[in-house]
Amino acid sequence: MTETIADLVACEDVLTFVNAAITGTGQREFHHDAAEQTLSLGFLHAYMRENYRELYAATLALDVNDHNAALIVRGLLSTARDADDAQRRLEGRLVARRLELLPPQRVYRLFRALRRDGVNNRRTRAIMRDWLLARPDLAFDAVKYRGALKDAVRHAHLNVEDLVADAPDHVRQEIGRIFYGATGHPFVTPIFETWRQAHYAQAAVYKLPFTVAEGFAAQHGIPRKRFLERAERNMTRLERLRLQGHAGENKARLDIDLATVPLTRLATYVLSLPLDERSARRAELTGALRAAARRAAGPDAGRWGRVAAVLDDSFSTIGSAEKRRRPLAVALGGHFLLEALAGEFHPFWTSGRTDPLLLYPFGPTPLGTRLLDALDTAPDRLVIVSDGFDNAPPGLAAEVLRVWRSRLDPDRRVSITHLNPVYDAEGFDVRRLVPTVPTAGVRDAEDLLTLVELARFAEGRVGLPELRAHLDARMARFLTPTGATEPPTPEPEDPASEDPALDAEDSTADPDDPSGDIQDPTPGTERTEAP
Amino acid sequence: MNTDLPPEPTWDTALWRGPGWIRASGLISKPAQTWNSVRLVPLVRDEPIESLRLDRRAYDEPSIVDVGDRTYYLSYIPHAFVAHWEGEGDAATASYGTRLLARDDKGIGPSGMPIRVRRRMARRLAGDRLRFLPLHLAVEGYLALHFGGPEIAWEEWSRRALASGLSPREERAYMGASVPDLADALRIFEIHPGQCGVLVYVADALASAFVVPHPDDYRALHPTLVQDLFGELVYQYGLLRLPVEDLALPIDEGAVRTLADLRTEAERRMRDWADFHDEAMAEEVFAPGSRFEDVQRMRGARLSRFLPPFTPGRPNHIGEMIDVGEGERARLAYLKTFRLSETQIRRGYLLKRLAAHGWRLADTAAEFGITEAAFALRLERAGFGHLLRQDVLDHYRAAARR
Repeated sequence: MTETIADLVACEDVLTFVNAAITGTGQREFHHDAAEQTLSLGFLHAYMRENYRELYAATLALDVNDHNAALIVRGLLSTARDADDAQRRLEGRLVARRLELLPPQRVYRLFRALRRDGVNNRRTRAIMRDWLLARPDLAFDAVKYRGALKDAVRHAHLNVEDLVADAPDHVRQEIGRIFYGATGHPFVTPIFETWRQAHYAQAAVYKLPFTVAEGFAAQHGIPRKRFLERAERNMTRLERLRLQGHAGENKARLDIDLATVPLTRLATYVLSLPLDERSARRAELTGALRAAARRAAGPDAGRWGRVAAVLDDSFSTIGSAEKRRRPLAVALGGHFLLEALAGEFHPFWTSGRTDPLLLYPFGPTPLGTRLLDALDTAPDRLVIVSDGFDNAPPGLAAEVLRVWRSRLDPDRRVSITHLNPVYDAEGFDVRRLVPTVPTAGVRDAEDLLTLVELARFAEGRVGLPELRAHLDARMARFLTPTGATEPPTPEPEDPASEDPALDAEDSTADPDDPSGDIQDPTPGTERTEAP
Repeated sequence: MNTDLPPEPTWDTALWRGPGWIRASGLISKPAQTWNSVRLVPLVRDEPIESLRLDRRAYDEPSIVDVGDRTYYLSYIPHAFVAHWEGEGDAATASYGTRLLARDDKGIGPSGMPIRVRRRMARRLAGDRLRFLPLHLAVEGYLALHFGGPEIAWEEWSRRALASGLSPREERAYMGASVPDLADALRIFEIHPGQCGVLVYVADALASAFVVPHPDDYRALHPTLVQDLFGELVYQYGLLRLPVEDLALPIDEGAVRTLADLRTEAERRMRDWADFHDEAMAEEVFAPGSRFEDVQRMRGARLSRFLPPFTPGRPNHIGEMIDVGEGERARLAYLKTFRLSETQIRRGYLLKRLAAHGWRLADTAAEFGITEAAFALRLERAGFGHLLRQDVLDHYRAAARR
C-alpha cells in the first residue's frame, strides 16, 4: 500500500479547492451573502497556499475562474519567499501565462491590489513589466484604464516611455503627460487628443471607448437614450449583450449578433427576456442556443449515447442580485449542450416543465423524484445540474442515489455526475448529494466536458499520483506557447462579469481578442499608429 | 367591560380538533425546508378557496385600536388584512394590490408622531370587505381574559382591582425579524405550487401556523411573517442556532429489488413524513379544551378566535381563524396562531383558576394545595401583585418569611 492517509487528504483538499475556485466568485449567492463567500474563499486560498503550494500554483492551469486566478496570483506573488528557486521559476511561467489569458481590467485590478498589499519584489515588478510590454496598444490602455495603468507604472518603477518603445515618437512623448490631466497643449496622438477634447466637447465623447465615454456623458449631462444610440458602435460585444435590457428600458435599440455569443452568456441573456418576447422570438433564440451548444460540443457532438439530465429550475436558481439567474442559466446551457452531445436525450426539469425556453425560477427542488424519472429512461449517462439543496423531500435524492448504487447498479453501468454551479460558503465546497456520486463545480456550461473528466477524481477511486499526473499534463499543455497549439483552456470569457463594480468601471474589451474588440468601422484612425 | 369570555365555549366543532386537523381542513403537508434551527412546513390546498380572499394594508405608524366600549390599546401594527367576499359566479382575480379599498381610515394625531386610530379590531369596510388586524384578535382575546377583575368584592382585592379590573394589562412579544434565522429561512424558502399556508417551527417547537384561502394570497402574504408576533420561547429557541435534523427515515435497502420498488419506497417515505408531521408535530395547535368565540359572521364566513386550556408545561396556542361554508362543507380559510410563552400560560392559568373559584383566594390556594400566602406570592410573581391590597400582600410576605 503506497498511498498514505496524507495523500488521500491532499487529493481531497485539491479537489475541494478546484471546485471552489471554479464556482466561487466572492459574490452574494442565494443562500449566503458576499461577506460569507469572501471569507470562506479566502480561508481556502490561505490553506492551500500554506499546505500545498505546488499544487496550488498548478491549479492556475485548470479552468478556475478569473476571480480566483487573480487571487492565486496575488497570493503566490506576496509569499514568494516560501518557494525555492525551481518552484519560483515554474510559478513565474504559470503566472505570466495566466495573466495573458485574463481580461485586462482584471489584471489591472490585480496590479492595484498588489500595490495596496505593498508587494513590490523584483519578480512582481518584472511580471508587471512583461505584461505591459506585451500589451498590443498601450496608448489605448492609457485612456481606457488610465488610473490603473498610472498606478501600475508608478508601483513597478517603470519608465512608461520604454513600455511603448516601438510606438511612434509622439506616443512616447505624450503617454506620460496623459496621466497628469487634460490641460495644456493639444496632443498629436489621435486617441489622446480625443480624450482631451471630450472634456470640453460632447461630439468627442462618442469616439472614446464606451466605459470612458460613460463617465464623460455623465459629466456633460447627456441623456441616456441619446448616449446609448450614438455610443453603440464603440461597445464591445459583451457590453452590447449586457446593455440589451437596459437599452430596452430607455427605448433604445442595440443590434446584437447572437451567433457569436458563448452558450452560458446566451442562456443568461435569454432568461433575462420577458416570457412574451421569448415565445415571440422562439425560433431565433432556440436556433442561437442550439448553434452555441454545437460549437461548445465540438467533435464530441452526438457521441454520448443515451443521456438523461436532471436540471434544477427551483426558486433558488434565481441566484442573487449580483449573480442574477446564474444557476438557471448554467442549467439551461447544460440542457442544450447535452442535447447536442447525446444521441438520445431526456431532460427532467425539477418543476416538471418541458419547454426550456420559457423557464423561470419557481417552486421547490424535488430532486429525488426527478432522479427516479430519469433513471426510468435507462440512460448511459445521467447528469445532474443543481445547487444541491434538495428539499422536497430533503435528502431523498441522496437516498435514491445511495440505494441505486448499492442495490440496483453496483457495477456502475450508468455514469452519474453531479455538477453544481454554486459554491457553498459553509461547507467550503460545492454541496454534494451523496459521497458515491462525484460532484464538480461548474461555472460555464461549456466546461461540462472537461468537468465530467475531472469529476472522476472526486469519486475517490483515483489517487494523488494520478491527480498529480493529470495536473502536470494540464500544466504542460497550458504552458505551451500559444502559437504552437490551441490553448487547452477555453478562453476565459470574464466569467464574473456580473460583478457590479466591474460593470461600472471596466469593460471586457480585450484588444487582442478579436471577438471582444471594439467594433470600430475604421480601426486605426482613432487609435495610435502603433504597429 | 364586557369582553370576558363566557365560561363555556360559544361553539364547538370536532372538525379542527386534535391530530389530523390539517387533513380534515383540506390541506396537505409537504416536506419541510430547514435553515439552521428553523423548519418551515408548507401546506398545500388541492382546491383553493375562491370565495374569500385576503389582502394586506400596510401601516407605518403606531396604532391606537378602539376595541369598542371605551377600551383602547396602543400597539405597533405593521399591517391589517382585508378579507374580501366574492359573489357567486364572480371571476377569480388575483388578490394583492388589485383591490383598492373603498375608503381609508382618517389619520389623526399630533404632527410629531402620527398615530392612527383603528376603530375596532374587525371592521366592515364596505359591503363585501372586512378589515382585521392579524393576530390582534387572538392577542386581545388573551389580554381580555377575565379583564373585568374580581366579580365579588372579597376583602383581599385592592380598590383599583375592583374598580378597573386588570387594566392596564400588557404582554410582550418579539417581532419575527428579531427571531434569529427566521428572516433568512423565509427568504430562501421555495414556495410550492398551490401553497396556502405554512407551519413555522423553531428548534422543532411549533411557533406559528398560518393558513390563507388562496395560493396568490399566500405569495403576497409570505413576507409578512417576519412582521408577525412570536413568543419569548420562540425567540430563545432561535438563539440556540442548532441546525435541525431531517426527520424522515432512510430507505430500507433490503426491500428494493427493482427501480419500481425504489419508487414505492420513496413514496412511502414521503407519506410517512406527512403522517408523522400531522399527528405528532402539528396536533398541538388545537388542544382539547380550547374555547372558541365568534367575532364576525358574514355570508357563510365566520371570523373567530380561540384560547387554549392554559395547561402549564404544555404548548398553548392562541389564534384566530376564518372558516367558510356550513356544517359538513365547512372549510378552514384562514388561520394564524401565536405560541404563548411559559409565563403567559401561567398567567392565563392563574386567572382561569381564580375565576373558577369566584376570585376567592383561599379556595384557589386549596385547589393548588398550598397556603393562601404562597398563592398570593405566586400571583405577585406572575405580575398581578397590584390586584391585592398592599397591607394584605405585606401580611402574606411576612408570613412567608417566617
